[in-house]
Amino acid sequence: MKGGPAEERAPRLIALSFLVSALGSAGLGIVYLAGGHTQAEGLMVGIAFGGLAFGLVAWSKYLMPNGPFVEERDSLSSEDHEREKVAADFARGGRQIGRRRFLGWSLAAAMGALGVAMLFPVRSLGSRPGRDLFETAWADGIRLVTSDGEPVRADELAVGTLLSVFPEGRTNDADAQAVLVRLRIDRRTGGRPGAQAPEELVAYSKICTHAGCLVGLYDPRSQNLLCPCHQGAFDAADGARPIAGPVTRRLPELPLRVDGQGFLRAAGDFPEPVGVGFWNRGRS
Amino acid sequence: MIARRVVRWLDDRLAAAPFAHTTLNRVFPDHFSFLLGEVALYCFIVLLATGTFLAMFFEPSVSEVVYQGSYEPLRGVTMSRAYASVLDISFEVRLGLLIRQMHHWASLLFAGSILLHLARIFFTGAFRRPREINWLVGVGLLVLGLFNGWAGYLLPGDTLHGTGLRLGYAIALSVPVIGPWLVFLLFGGEYQSPQILSRLFVAHVYIVPLMILGLISVHMAILWRQKHTQFRGPGRTQTNVVGEKMWPAYAAKAGGLFFAVVAVVGLLGGLVQISPVWLYLPDTPAAVTSPAQPDWYFGWLDGALRVFPAWEIQAFGFEIPAVFFPGVLLPTLSVLLLVMWPFLEARFSKDTGPHHLLERPRDRPLRSAIGVGLITFYGVLLAAAGNDVYARTFSVPVLQVTNVFRVLTLVLPVVIGFATFRMLRSLRDREISRMSEGAVAVAGGAGSDD
Repeated sequence: MKGGPAEERAPRLIALSFLVSALGSAGLGIVYLAGGHTQAEGLMVGIAFGGLAFGLVAWSKYLMPNGPFVEERDSLSSEDHEREKVAADFARGGRQIGRRRFLGWSLAAAMGALGVAMLFPVRSLGSRPGRDLFETAWADGIRLVTSDGEPVRADELAVGTLLSVFPEGRTNDADAQAVLVRLRIDRRTGGRPGAQAPEELVAYSKICTHAGCLVGLYDPRSQNLLCPCHQGAFDAADGARPIAGPVTRRLPELPLRVDGQGFLRAAGDFPEPVGVGFWNRGRS
Repeated sequence: MIARRVVRWLDDRLAAAPFAHTTLNRVFPDHFSFLLGEVALYCFIVLLATGTFLAMFFEPSVSEVVYQGSYEPLRGVTMSRAYASVLDISFEVRLGLLIRQMHHWASLLFAGSILLHLARIFFTGAFRRPREINWLVGVGLLVLGLFNGWAGYLLPGDTLHGTGLRLGYAIALSVPVIGPWLVFLLFGGEYQSPQILSRLFVAHVYIVPLMILGLISVHMAILWRQKHTQFRGPGRTQTNVVGEKMWPAYAAKAGGLFFAVVAVVGLLGGLVQISPVWLYLPDTPAAVTSPAQPDWYFGWLDGALRVFPAWEIQAFGFEIPAVFFPGVLLPTLSVLLLVMWPFLEARFSKDTGPHHLLERPRDRPLRSAIGVGLITFYGVLLAAAGNDVYARTFSVPVLQVTNVFRVLTLVLPVVIGFATFRMLRSLRDREISRMSEGAVAVAGGAGSDD
């Protein structure tokens, strides 16, 4: 142990910090009984544990034997003859098994079959991917509704605004959701032959083709759709062509038409799979 | 004496006296950087304790309820049971908010202390023979720790959760050939399957913690068997350990450190707000937040997704999606590099002997330069995850910010790595020349250690 004033003051200091810790615990109890208060609770936890921490470290540092002590290391390699023994043990066992070769083969076959059978519970974890990734709930004639289920009229959306739309009756559908935008009339792409909806109205899949975030931002001046996750940008006036950031593909466009009462309806499903890429996306 | 009777009772059944004797007298070398792994362990204990408490209240269910609790602004709002139960933990359960915030803070410190511990091991060469196995176990712990942070981050069912989940889904789906099957089996179907929350929950509170616990046991057992490394110093050799004894000095200090970690986590959890999910609002299919950033230890991955060029490969009607390169390839290569490093270094330096004395960064300028370069690389990516925030703060187009980061990601690691190499090499050479002049004694010097 060390001499000097530190050693004389240390016990008092350590006892004091343990006392402070106990006060912290008592304080936590009081705060708790008074109904709780997050900041005060955190402070009391800090004092209760901090007092213990300080006391223990000081006790160890000033009053316990610190050495330095020396311990020898054993070699982490065994003697050669011991290794030889292990190798020989294995070899002997192997020879004893190897004598019955057909038993080994039948064991391997049984284990293999069991391994395959063990895949069945894993298979139960999900359905077959099938067509799910290629299709959404949209079909010809389905009305566009807002997230509250309200049908959307072709004339109600102001220029430069963005509206999230769902297939009617499916406002929880994550992969069918689309953004409806009313472009300025000076649309650069010009008119589309056979369009059944006002040409300044376009709907694109809301799922970013980069990493599947939701393309929820719209800049009416540039008419760009923006993804907030990785800053991909799409030109809404040009078929949602990717113009910046890490995106590589357009947002699929939902074909639209207007029914007799002026409500917007889909004229079919998205022409290609929505959302992020996967290896056989092109093989629809 | 009571101690003697207990020892006698136990030893009559286990014959463990010799083991206990060596254990109590085991010597631990003393250096502040050796405590980083311990801090990670104590963070994990805090995570287990606080997480157990939270699991008593949390409901991993996406079925909908109308909130009727005491948080006024959300009363009457339809939300998932998961989100409602997190609100209840925060507002109804006494100590609940403190413990929830402690849990989140501890997870950030857990990731931080693991990474600092990794850096310490790397820059001091502590991964060299005979400690390659423990290095691999450590890499496993790093991967599991980060994964579990991601899983836990998604559980509350707020809007950030939706964004994080979409990214995980996109990354898994981008894996060639097996991607669609992978997401359908892992996520239970196309995004967003109602089963995902209970799966994340089982992974987060059961499977991954159990694996972490198992690997920590192996990590410590191997440490026990091999004894700790030490820095050079008077009287310290390849064949001894110099330090303080396990009992009582080291045990008291370790206990003190544990309490200190809890104290820091408690103060942060009580005084510094984290993840106020009631402000993020419940997740809905159409909800998205901006800006959206993950917890810091996944910032590099988010940054990589932002700055990686818009590449996708199309051939024969098949494709490799853009997300694959930063989302799958980069993490895989990162882990692979970590796994291979001890073996690569042994091969290229032709140094395959056992080492129990640590090196200083300057003793191996090339290794240290590569390490610093890699830290710079991931650091730049982490910074790039804030490109939208910088763009907004400084009123510059986000595209320009992204382009700046694209350049920095490639250039800065090389520049800083090279500068590190030059600096460390000149430090080392100066030391060697001083020693050869005989001006300095052997203590603390560089050179061969065996």
